[in-house]
Amino acid sequence: MNNIGIYVHVPFCESKCPYCDFYSVRYDNSQVKNYISSVLRSMEKYRGLSADTLYFGGGTPSVLGGHNLSEMIKKNREIFNFVSPEITVECNPSSCTPDLFEKLASVGVNRISLGLQSANDDERRKLGRLSDSNKVRQAILDAKKNGIENISLDLMLGIENQTEDSLKKSVEFCLENEVKHISAYILKIEDSTHFGKIRDKLNLPDEDETCDLYMTACELIEAGGLYQYEISNFAQKGFESRHNLKYWNCEEYLGFGPSAHSFHDGKRFYFDRKFEDNPVAIPDGDGGDLSEFFMLKLRLSQGISEDEILKKYNRSFSDSFMKKARQFESYSLLKIKDKTISLTKEGFLVSNTIISELEVLL
Amino acid sequence: MSVPKELIRNFSIIAHIDHGKSTIADRLLELTKSVAHRDMTAQLLDNMDLERERGITIKSHAVKLNYKANDGKEYVLNLIDTPGHVDFNYEVSRSLVACEGALLIVDASQGVEAQTLANTYLAIDNDLEVVPIINKIDLPAADPERVANEVEEVIGLECMSAPRVSAKTGENMAEVLERIVTDIPAPVADDTLPLRALIFDSVYDSYKGVIVYVRVKDGVLKTGDTMKMMATGAEFNVVELGYMRASGPEPAEMLCAGEVGYITGSIKTVSDARVGDTVTSATHPASEPLPGYRKVNPMVFCGVYPADGADYESLRDALERLQLNDAALSYEPETSGALGFGFRCGFLGLLHLEIIQERLEREYDLDLVTTIPSVVYRIHLSDGSVLEIDNPTHYPDPANIDFCEEPMTNSHIYAPSQYVGTIMDLCQDRRGVFKDMKYITEDRVDIHYELPLNEIIYDFFDSLKSRTKGYASFDYEITEYRRSNLQKLDVLLNGDTIDALSFIIHADKAYGRARKIAEKLKEHIPRQMFEIPIQIAIGGKIIARETIKAMRKDVLAKCYGGDITRKKKLLEKQKEGKKRMRQFGSVEVPQEAFMAVLKLDE
Repeated sequence: MNNIGIYVHVPFCESKCPYCDFYSVRYDNSQVKNYISSVLRSMEKYRGLSADTLYFGGGTPSVLGGHNLSEMIKKNREIFNFVSPEITVECNPSSCTPDLFEKLASVGVNRISLGLQSANDDERRKLGRLSDSNKVRQAILDAKKNGIENISLDLMLGIENQTEDSLKKSVEFCLENEVKHISAYILKIEDSTHFGKIRDKLNLPDEDETCDLYMTACELIEAGGLYQYEISNFAQKGFESRHNLKYWNCEEYLGFGPSAHSFHDGKRFYFDRKFEDNPVAIPDGDGGDLSEFFMLKLRLSQGISEDEILKKYNRSFSDSFMKKARQFESYSLLKIKDKTISLTKEGFLVSNTIISELEVLL
Repeated sequence: MSVPKELIRNFSIIAHIDHGKSTIADRLLELTKSVAHRDMTAQLLDNMDLERERGITIKSHAVKLNYKANDGKEYVLNLIDTPGHVDFNYEVSRSLVACEGALLIVDASQGVEAQTLANTYLAIDNDLEVVPIINKIDLPAADPERVANEVEEVIGLECMSAPRVSAKTGENMAEVLERIVTDIPAPVADDTLPLRALIFDSVYDSYKGVIVYVRVKDGVLKTGDTMKMMATGAEFNVVELGYMRASGPEPAEMLCAGEVGYITGSIKTVSDARVGDTVTSATHPASEPLPGYRKVNPMVFCGVYPADGADYESLRDALERLQLNDAALSYEPETSGALGFGFRCGFLGLLHLEIIQERLEREYDLDLVTTIPSVVYRIHLSDGSVLEIDNPTHYPDPANIDFCEEPMTNSHIYAPSQYVGTIMDLCQDRRGVFKDMKYITEDRVDIHYELPLNEIIYDFFDSLKSRTKGYASFDYEITEYRRSNLQKLDVLLNGDTIDALSFIIHADKAYGRARKIAEKLKEHIPRQMFEIPIQIAIGGKIIARETIKAMRKDVLAKCYGGDITRKKKLLEKQKEGKKRMRQFGSVEVPQEAFMAVLKLDE
């Protein structure tokens, strides 16, 4: 039995960012106690399971404060059987205190993910980030001071008025602060968000400019010594996000808290986007079939090999599949090597099309 | 027992679209108690949904009314409704010939329009008594005196005593009925002559076969008689005949000279009972048919293809069924490299085309792709032979062409005089040759142009309407074929010719049109995985080009935590979108791109 990943969704934020459509509500101290006990209760069913990653995402986990978080992590460690775990907490620089990292480090947190988004304060403001970039710099120093070296920064690409120069400044900020991991996401405007409502008024880079920004980001980050291992993720060797890799490798995980998704025993299920004392998981069908595996694996730079699908699904790449793959290869969107196919950076940018066109031919 | 001839009045109604013909007809039905008020749906005569929506009459209809006049006598009034659009000119003429008189309805605020005038002349030419009626006097903008003057000046009809009515409110409508009796003559008809009945409409009914609408000119027809169609020679037994009432058919023993009614006889298709043909007796045939029959020929052709190739059979069935009811619609199978299996269809005009297309899509639930409409060109080859082509695909190698001819029209545009400039610009742009211009009144003109038919089948009417804020009306007749410098344009996507997008055009317009098409295609074909050149060519020569850049971004940057299902759904949606595209060689083209090329806006 493989070790699984544990995800805890912390649905509180100081304020809602205009681009974000993850489930969160304004931080309310009176709700925290109920929330924590509800999460712990829903974990009981899985007591004793072996796990090797624990990930606090949100929302803004850091708004819970060092005490609440460390107490929760202690309880988690009683419930699950953690085997040399990677324990990540997403933090918003504005709710980071030196005390926070001390508390987190004391219960075994060894990875911090910080939402930088941009190192340019005017760009940060447009994204609804409350603090300036110095606050981020301080948070990184504080985390490191407490022995947490594995730090990831989030960057956003294709935001309002972003230029090659402003992007360069943001990437340089990450490199100067010697972080081990960078996630660089292209902004996607979701209908349900504030940006979705004012979509037409946003001065966003067009398709070509956005792609140029992406290519530039890849280039600068890699020049800084991190390598790209997923469409939007870069790391120093050995510092890839073990938890997120479970998603992309189509491995199993359990998610707790409102809106959290799980994949366990071949089934997908999730909790509703609301607070409940005793939440009941909502079934979301079977998971882990070939088409899912294929779709997820192609997000990774290493791609997918025929051996893998032969072993896992007893299937091989069909002639029509290879023919199509070679067509994409001729457009420099994809690489074929030793019966392994992987996407190039240009291919990542059009991965939806490539995946859907290849998947039907599998 | 037949009605004495002197108590019969056969009449039709001439009106411009929106001038209130159907409302007038409804009032007449109501006043003669032909329908109970509660049964009135607005505009009873137009019983096809499409007609009601477009506010126009596509097929003719007839209805028999009983009216007790002020002189105390009981009259039979036969109202023969006529189609109101230029595409159906011939049907109009046959409906008029079936009558002794016509009501000319003129809108008290708008005055005389092109279509009204054309049909009024048609009526006068056929010796009909025309009774002007000034309608919509309830409108604030109504100016009945000005309009009456206009009718007198333009048509030369005495109009001072014309009834001023409002069909909407019912005001003065009783006077209209009196005028029908007093002003329109009774038919001159003789029951003893050999039978001659004019077909002014025929409609397919799935239970009775074709229902033939006739005006009996001479003689008598009885149930059980064998009738003969004089143009086609087809013979049928009369199964049923009678009168059309507002409430439905009313079977009778016989139809006599001067009367209007319907006949059924297990006739399988309307092409066996064509509009304009003469019904006679098979046993005692008349020596001469009634004058004026001609077979209507389609003037505009286009390819009609199912969007989904699997619907080919359904499309054929649908066309077959529509043709049962529409002798002017023609179709034959054709194959396109780009669109697969479909049909080349022929129509009377662009409206006819649009109506058929809409009916196929609505009534038969078909998703269609149509190609650019074409007229029939005459291509004179160097060896002296002549080709008639309505499909650009059949355009011969230019090296073998001596010269080409295209159909011309005599076109009249009626509009307020302030629009003369913009209308002349439009006609000039459409290769029109100015003939003359008459002032109908102080501020309304009749502009007469010679226009090539292929210039008016695309979007001429739409352009005219938008340039004149809807005030212009338009009428045309086809006159002759004339020598013309034509060329065939081909569209190439990624180097492959898309046959369905080829078309024939006058040399002077080739460059402009080519540029516009290239731009439209660029706008409507989404970026794909590779760069796509769009080229427009005459022969081997490229005269316009655009490039669709390769798609660069189609990615879900973030994987939504563990919500894999959401990502799967997004990819599924993407596949659905692909299904609506057509594959041309390596290029996928959405149907909107075809439509966009069809409707090149000014």
